[in-house]
Amino acid sequence: MHVARYSMAAVGRRGLVFPLGVLALAALAALVLSVAIGSVTVTPAELWRVTLGGGDALSRTLVLELRVPRALSAFATGGLLALAGALMQVLLRNPLADPYVLGLSGGAAVGALAAMLAGLGSLVISGSAFVGALASTLLVFGLAQGTGSWTPARLLLTGVVVASGWGAVVTLMLAVSPAERLPGMLYWLMGDLSYARTPGLPLVLLLGVCLLVFPLGRSLNVLARGALQAVALGVAVRPLEWMIYITASLLTAAAVSTAGSIGFVGLVVPHMLRLVLGNDQRLILPACALAGGTLLMLADTLARTLIAPEQLPVGVITALLGVPTFLYLLYRSR
Amino acid sequence: MSRLEARELIIDVPGRRDGRALDLSLEPGQVWGVLGPNGAGKTTLLHTLAGLRAPRRGVVCLDGESLAALPRRRIARALGLIFQERQDGFPATVRETALIGRHPWLSPWQMEGGEDLQLAEAALKRLDVAHLAERLVNTLSGGERQRLAIATVLTQAPDIWLADEPTNHLDLHHQTATMALLTEQARTGRAVMLCLHDLNLAARWCDQVLLLYPDGEMCWGPRDAMLVPSALERLYGQRLVTAEVDGAPVFVPVR
Repeated sequence: MHVARYSMAAVGRRGLVFPLGVLALAALAALVLSVAIGSVTVTPAELWRVTLGGGDALSRTLVLELRVPRALSAFATGGLLALAGALMQVLLRNPLADPYVLGLSGGAAVGALAAMLAGLGSLVISGSAFVGALASTLLVFGLAQGTGSWTPARLLLTGVVVASGWGAVVTLMLAVSPAERLPGMLYWLMGDLSYARTPGLPLVLLLGVCLLVFPLGRSLNVLARGALQAVALGVAVRPLEWMIYITASLLTAAAVSTAGSIGFVGLVVPHMLRLVLGNDQRLILPACALAGGTLLMLADTLARTLIAPEQLPVGVITALLGVPTFLYLLYRSR
Repeated sequence: MSRLEARELIIDVPGRRDGRALDLSLEPGQVWGVLGPNGAGKTTLLHTLAGLRAPRRGVVCLDGESLAALPRRRIARALGLIFQERQDGFPATVRETALIGRHPWLSPWQMEGGEDLQLAEAALKRLDVAHLAERLVNTLSGGERQRLAIATVLTQAPDIWLADEPTNHLDLHHQTATMALLTEQARTGRAVMLCLHDLNLAARWCDQVLLLYPDGEMCWGPRDAMLVPSALERLYGQRLVTAEVDGAPVFVPVR
């Protein structure tokens, strides 16, 4: 199989504009779609009036206070996860890594479930998930560091083992929690956007990190070819690896505390984009932010319309879409 | 042209006594061959000279400044390294791979320009892999990958070349072409150091030789003084017969 790949190095900075433009248009279309569709359909004409500051009060509340914040939260979460996944894959030099591979979602889950068990509000749950995620990050890094310096393989193995440890704690918490709390906990574990109403901070984080990593893109390209090769080509590898690790953890922690642990976006989106766009991080990273966000907006639209008025956890949709896509990609690759 | 110097250098091979300290300067125009049996520390020596590993003692200096004190980017502009092993976890094309040689020359916001692309294309052509430019690296043969690695360093255009077994996997013609390329680099004022397993390539193409013994002992100097059958027999623990062909000595192991 010879795939005609998009080679950005050969087309220069202009090569960024076309693919990112297409993805941005797709994101905009998905935003319009997810705002228009739902229990009450908002017609394009009404949506246009609301956008211009008009429309009736019901439509205004529905669009501006419910659907737009939720859609933007979905976009930010999906973008953060895909970006974090792409960064982790470069950090670990392993195309099968995802944002949760180092046990981050497990730590977040334990934090969130503990807050739910204690009956605390959604803001505390988010904060507690964030703290859990960062605690897990530090734990994994500290253990992988050991007495010497860490290698990607060692970091990966430590992360996998710590993640299964968190898994056991989560199961234990589910087993001892009162029945009326269980649905909320399960929804959180599968990823759920129904309480995500404040997309501001995650969106700013997403944009900021995209701008931050762009000038590092070429260094990341070199790092993907191995640490020694990268040092020999002038990359300060250790500081760069620290930076990726901290950034990816922060992105994932922000995503998880917005919407629970949504699977497969962080693994599948970078993969699909690499197949089409090649592996230049200067293109792949912003493309991940856009495509991951678009995918999660669409998945969330499905999640709240498929069995309306009931809502599905969005993580179920991404997994149902992601598993066959990923298996197909693996099957196709040599 | 930049100059690389080892001062009182002892490479760090775990569990080995210090041996003799290395004091040498890679002068522009020289081609050094490093010879030694498996595990003698040839790769470790090369990586130490490139600043990729810390020495046990002593310093490596680039233009009089210790490598440890220089930014990696500055070092990468002067010093190129051909590795024995390569890692390609992610698919990349041959052209993209050659282009990463430009990395030390570009600022973070800069994209590869037409000039960089021309350098890469010229290097691919020189190494006879230009027809593979669009191919994914993981579909290449061992010899083609080796030539691509050399083309990447040629694109990097350093003053000092450190090459770890650059003729690995190459057929006879490409071995000769590669050695000709490296000596041509030296003729234009660059310095080259190669780790080699083939005594005859060293005898034919190198002007300076460093013999590295497994116990940490080493000796170095002009080729003719170093490539003495008795010293080489002790180096490899292998009896040799010598003949002269085409103006250079040829060493053949005795059965």
